[in-house]
Amino acid sequence: MGENALRKQKLALRDEILLRVEKPARYIGNEVNAVVKDKEKVDVRMAMCFPDVYEIGMSHLGIQILYDMFNRFEDVWCERVYSPWLDLDRIMREEHIPLFGLESQEPVKDLDFLAITVQYEMCYTNILQVLDLSGIPLSAEERTWEHPVVIGGGPCTYNPEPIAEFFDLFYIGEGETRYRELLDVYKEARREGADRKEFLRRAAKVPGIYAPSFYRVEYKEDGTVRAMVPTEEGIPAVIRKEIEMEVSDTYYPKKPVVPFIKVTQDRVVLEIQRGCIRGCRFCQAGQLYRPVRERDVDMLKEYASDMLKNTGHEEISLSSLSSSDYSRLPELLDFLLGECSRKNINISLPSLRIDAFSLDVMGKVQDVKKSSLTFAPEAGSQRLRDVINKGLTESVILDGAAMAFEGGWTRVKLYFMLGLPTETEEDIRGIGDLCNKIAAVFFETVPKEKRVNGKVQIVASTSFFIPKPFTPFQWAPMCTKEEFLEKAYLTRSSIKEQLNQKSIKYNWHEADVSVLEGVLARGDRKISGVIRKAYEKGCLFDAWSEYFKNDLWLECFDECGVDIGFYTTRERGLDEVFPWDFLDCGVTKDFLAREWKKAMEETVSPNCRMQCQGCGAARFGGGVCFEERGDGYGA
Amino acid sequence: MERETVKLRIKFAKSGAMRFVGHLDVMRYFQKAIRRAEIDIAYSEGFSPHQLMSFAAPLGVGLESNGEYFDIAVQSHTTAEDMKERLNRVMVPGMEVLNITMLGAHAKNAMASVAAADYSVRFRQGYEPGFDWVGRSMEFYGKPSIMVTKKTKKSEQQLDLKPGIYSMSVKTDENGVPVLRLFVDASSSGNIKPSLVMEAFCREYGEELPEFALLITREDTYANAGTAENPRLVPLDAVGEPF
Repeated sequence: MGENALRKQKLALRDEILLRVEKPARYIGNEVNAVVKDKEKVDVRMAMCFPDVYEIGMSHLGIQILYDMFNRFEDVWCERVYSPWLDLDRIMREEHIPLFGLESQEPVKDLDFLAITVQYEMCYTNILQVLDLSGIPLSAEERTWEHPVVIGGGPCTYNPEPIAEFFDLFYIGEGETRYRELLDVYKEARREGADRKEFLRRAAKVPGIYAPSFYRVEYKEDGTVRAMVPTEEGIPAVIRKEIEMEVSDTYYPKKPVVPFIKVTQDRVVLEIQRGCIRGCRFCQAGQLYRPVRERDVDMLKEYASDMLKNTGHEEISLSSLSSSDYSRLPELLDFLLGECSRKNINISLPSLRIDAFSLDVMGKVQDVKKSSLTFAPEAGSQRLRDVINKGLTESVILDGAAMAFEGGWTRVKLYFMLGLPTETEEDIRGIGDLCNKIAAVFFETVPKEKRVNGKVQIVASTSFFIPKPFTPFQWAPMCTKEEFLEKAYLTRSSIKEQLNQKSIKYNWHEADVSVLEGVLARGDRKISGVIRKAYEKGCLFDAWSEYFKNDLWLECFDECGVDIGFYTTRERGLDEVFPWDFLDCGVTKDFLAREWKKAMEETVSPNCRMQCQGCGAARFGGGVCFEERGDGYGA
Repeated sequence: MERETVKLRIKFAKSGAMRFVGHLDVMRYFQKAIRRAEIDIAYSEGFSPHQLMSFAAPLGVGLESNGEYFDIAVQSHTTAEDMKERLNRVMVPGMEVLNITMLGAHAKNAMASVAAADYSVRFRQGYEPGFDWVGRSMEFYGKPSIMVTKKTKKSEQQLDLKPGIYSMSVKTDENGVPVLRLFVDASSSGNIKPSLVMEAFCREYGEELPEFALLITREDTYANAGTAENPRLVPLDAVGEPF
């Protein structure tokens, strides 16, 4: 027997529990490439948490990157932890079993750090679940050295205020740059016997680190923020995001963890670039991750080969906000096509713009009869697409569709948003019109005898627009639930009126959850009481529509005396101080305000490669801001 | 076009935490392991080719095994020892490749070959029955018939387990814990779950077998190398040749 098989495997959960719960492999660790270290030989133990079920959390690239980075530090052992599903959650509470790290199967409470990635607002109650099951007080101020330091990161922490009460620290920005420094500050503080408060104080001075307990929020009489004030000398008033400028020479996992059970992202994920040049005005990621930084194509080739070899995955996917904008895409795809066909590996290509090049590539990697094409016009009329700065015109869509139909595709997916600023009935009716025109293109392009199953399938989906911090639409009022639903009904009836309506299917999202997401996205510290109450009343897995309990949430807003409209439907003035204004994401508030005004004027802004818009991200000294460009700007 | 491929039979053990990884996920695990080990496996034709792989008998979640099998078709191979070592280098704790043999061109695939299985059954600590089960086991096995009610979705069916129990004995393991060995029919038409036998055993002496009471290890899986009339049960890898 191998040494491995002889080693007694310890599990936190008894067999009787593992045999009772759904998918016990969520809780046993032991996966390929999971890192097990000798706990006696490390100084810092941490758990990286994605507060949702294992299959979702394991699909997240950011955690894999940081897990790999931390475990490359010899003095650190980083484990993973996810939200126990509802069945195990109940058992753990009944039997007082503490939440544990997957690798060591030991309680999270005994570790030094609990790092939680906050990827969407609807996971906030799951954050409280993770703390609660770990035996960590929900409020940061009640914690002692008996408890791990709880640190948050990820896109939602660009407005950390609604959940500030529950965290000791937030790391603002990309994790590759400052964690080493933070861990060293921690080690020194512990060596000196400093108290927890003193450690947090020192941490607050590390660039990119926000320690909420050292800030006081002052409000105006109308309930908006007057100022965010550091409570001590030496605590920074503004915290700038951290950013990795050397994206081709930094941490990236060559041996990502391979789960046993099928997870959402069951494949090698190759992040080809960070950021997006496009500047769609509703998109938060497009602003937060500026400037665009491309990874070196040779690095990507090497990583693709190594990751496939080390995981045994049968599929590789490119990851970025807009893969078509990656300048070396043809070369990379050429390489992957060669590698992958030799090894029977699938390539999945999300977020490609539909043009001759992408159709050619997709035709090589997909079964065109079975796959569908995706367009994201986001709005039904050119006018509204100009407002949101979505540079996709009707002719581009129709030409792309015609090419695709000629290539054999018969299924088209279209994504739209409802409730965008300035939206009119006419804009909404444009959704039906556009779908109809695409169907007409099919019937014009493909002669009867060549039509597979004789028809085309167009699926239009709408989501509801939610204004997000650090976007030009952060000032925009959001619709009420009733307005949203009215818009969805109008969309439906406009589709029903179309000549080709039989070829068009329409789906829309729930409105309740969008309203709540809107509150949490632009909320302030006054919201945290509502979140805590919702958790205590049993709200959990709110991102899962079947478990989302809107009535309970509404009850909590009521009991806490918090007015939903203040956070959603209220239009913010240009001079309003936002709860997140103390953070500096690189893009200036001036730039966002300029873009907001241009939106109201229905004027588009060229993308970063065409013409610099002076957003502020050039201060990071690299990326697209310093590329050779048509406008003579740049290096 | 027919490609020249060779069929190999791989025997592996599953223990520890891996008991909680279900059959379909074990298949996925080995598909990836074969890629990591760079075994030159053959693929099916078509737009989404899959590895040519066939598993013997699914093992229930919670069970250990020292004798699981699957067959693969390969386009090229090295020695059994080398391939075993390569696979074991990419295993996780609780999974171990034990043996690889080569099958003849006309050998039945692993799944179709399964005729019988040999199990070790222990009672989990705290779940031992109140009666002297060690003492009574041979008496139970000596009964001319062992009737159980098998529930399906549609009906309840009376079934005699006895003809499918090829042998039963009790031994003591290295820790002094009594172990019941059960050699039973595992063919697709007559598969007998050890838990079904143990339920009948307990019921015979007036007790209900509680949930989670048993710790079960499949010791090996057997094929019939003889004929239907004159069966000769041999471990699944005895059909293959060393290489």
